[in-house]
Amino acid sequence: MATLELKDLHVSLEDGTEIVRGVDLRIAQGEVHAIMGPNGSGKSTLAYAIAGHPAYEITGGQILLDGQDITEAGADERAQAGLFLAFQYPHAIPGVTVTNFLRQAINAVRKARNGGVDDPMPVPEFRKLFLAKMDDLKVSRELASRYLNDGFSGGEKKRVEILQMAMLEPKIAVLDETDSGLDIDALKIVAQGVQQLVGPSMGALVITHYQRILNYIKPDFVHVFVGGKIVEEGGPELAEKLETSGYVEWEKEEVTA
Amino acid sequence: MTQTESEIVQGIGSDYEVKYGFHVPEDYFFKSGRGLSHELIDAISSHKDEPDWMRKFRHKSLDYFLARPMPTWGGMPSLHEIDFDSIHYYIKPTENQAESWDDLPPDIKDTWDKLGIPQAEKKYLAGVGAQYESEVVYHKLQEQLTAQGVIFLDTDTALREHEDLFKQYFGTIIPQNDNKFAALNSAVWSGGSFIYVPKGVRIELPLQAYFRINAANMGQFERTLILVDEDAYVHYVEGCTAPIYSTDSLHSAVVEIVVKKGARCRYTTIQNWSTNVYNLVTKRAIAEANATMEWVDGNLGSKLTMKYPAIWLTGEGAHGEVLSIAFAGKGQHQDAGGKCVHTAKNTSSVITSKSISKNGGRAGYRGLLEVAKNASGSKSKVVCDALILDEESRSDTYPYIRIDENDVDIGHEATVSKIGEEQLFYLQSRGLSEAEASAMIVSGFVEPITKELPLEYAVEMNRLIQLQMEGSVG
Repeated sequence: MATLELKDLHVSLEDGTEIVRGVDLRIAQGEVHAIMGPNGSGKSTLAYAIAGHPAYEITGGQILLDGQDITEAGADERAQAGLFLAFQYPHAIPGVTVTNFLRQAINAVRKARNGGVDDPMPVPEFRKLFLAKMDDLKVSRELASRYLNDGFSGGEKKRVEILQMAMLEPKIAVLDETDSGLDIDALKIVAQGVQQLVGPSMGALVITHYQRILNYIKPDFVHVFVGGKIVEEGGPELAEKLETSGYVEWEKEEVTA
Repeated sequence: MTQTESEIVQGIGSDYEVKYGFHVPEDYFFKSGRGLSHELIDAISSHKDEPDWMRKFRHKSLDYFLARPMPTWGGMPSLHEIDFDSIHYYIKPTENQAESWDDLPPDIKDTWDKLGIPQAEKKYLAGVGAQYESEVVYHKLQEQLTAQGVIFLDTDTALREHEDLFKQYFGTIIPQNDNKFAALNSAVWSGGSFIYVPKGVRIELPLQAYFRINAANMGQFERTLILVDEDAYVHYVEGCTAPIYSTDSLHSAVVEIVVKKGARCRYTTIQNWSTNVYNLVTKRAIAEANATMEWVDGNLGSKLTMKYPAIWLTGEGAHGEVLSIAFAGKGQHQDAGGKCVHTAKNTSSVITSKSISKNGGRAGYRGLLEVAKNASGSKSKVVCDALILDEESRSDTYPYIRIDENDVDIGHEATVSKIGEEQLFYLQSRGLSEAEASAMIVSGFVEPITKELPLEYAVEMNRLIQLQMEGSVG
């Protein structure tokens, strides 16, 4: 069973400011973890650091995927090993269609897993899989031939993030504020997509500000994240408590500490 | 061994050194001494057994070339490094031209086999011309096109066999004294393609010419003249390669095109010269009423390219398009672009330029848009985008616009961008390496142009871009 473990993880910006200040977390396949925290608490920095963004420096601790230390690995190597980050603000790649992009991404991952030797997915197999996943996630087929995220609405971008996740079949997916900027219908579809994919072969870390998305993705564990640290942990009931009382209690402690 | 089409296409340009970098021993029928002189002109003209008017035209052109100063713009300072005295201006590789591969001398046949030309001819071309040094050594056109009256010959043969038609247009679109390098070409031209497409004839598959320099210090000066009669259509494609020598070679072509009423011509170039070739080319087309002229111009190779394909829109309703890609790597300077001149009412033009520079290369757009008085109702759009891949590289934009008419619709957009860290990270987080991610962004950047190429050339272009990107990002 695949696991993602963070051990006393510290992350700083390039200017030396420490944003993530000692996080311990263990996510296994089949589990949904929610990280909930106020704006500016360092949630997105944590997501980027897990995925290997070069602008975020890991100054202490470790990231382990299936027990392998990936703390120093590049973003591409982490993805090849089975990590996925659904972006809060996915970037546009003009001139590259969703289909072309996904075929190249899948083939890059297959090549890495095949010891660096090309092992492209046959085109008919790719096409069949792609059409099936698009239909599952209610992604319009018309999006497949458009340029990746170029001129997409907020909802289209998020759906295509989830489509990428479905195609790349990661072991652990990190979803960074996937609920932001979505209307309720889009949110339901995206959440149902995630719910479908979490199971024996995938675990998820859902990062969010609001409890709303957790009505559709049932978390097994909830972690409250304030000031770059996990300040409280519990089950789904913790999310409901946060919805009514907010983060004030922990933010106060943060100020006085 | 049979290859699939995609394997052949994959093979094209897969590695410059291996695929194109070879040269075969020189065993020529005739090779001129180095340097330029009126004696050389006489020697070339005599070898070709030309009419007297052409001999005079050449001599006068040489005088123009010698009298004109070097341009002080564009390819400075390396333009001044050209040593005109060390160049061989005329090399005739064989005594006769072949119409079948088997009749080519073995060393030349071997060259074209390595470049994949015979397979390409069988697969997706209606006709092929292959120029080796100064002369076209092979020529073939599908029989049904010959029956329809299409002429596709090397320019020397066309002068002999169709002198009246030839003389009517030759040197009229680009006068011999148009610029210094057009004058040089007019003096020592040899080879190139001559195409005539009769009224209403549409040639669906492309015609192709392939230009190959083999000898060191060689100057190649092909001269192409394309006449597309009313309501006809032709797509002409040219490719060019040379071995890598320690000394420089010079390629200075002139291409003249007339697109008659209602006709359409597309001219596609994938220029992949080795990085010791000066590529100084003059290309100009005239589009008559309701005609369409399209230049698709990809510049990946050469040391210095100065090339601005031009379209004169002289008939009402004529349309012109220039699509230009310039990719400059280490030690390369691509000064490319396009010109559209509107002299008739309700004409339209689009110039789209994409330039990429990396590893200290310099790529840019230089273009002219001109609308003459009384060319009312004309529309034009110029879009030039530059992508700079690292700190050492450079991009320049020189968009000249001259409008003498009020009733026009003109748009100009220019962007300069770098590959963003965030874009790279996004793609890498999906498993692509940094080089793969960069190549993907660059391929996307030039996609508006590659999508206009025939499939096999689009694949080649993307492959060349990947090669340019591999191992060079850091």
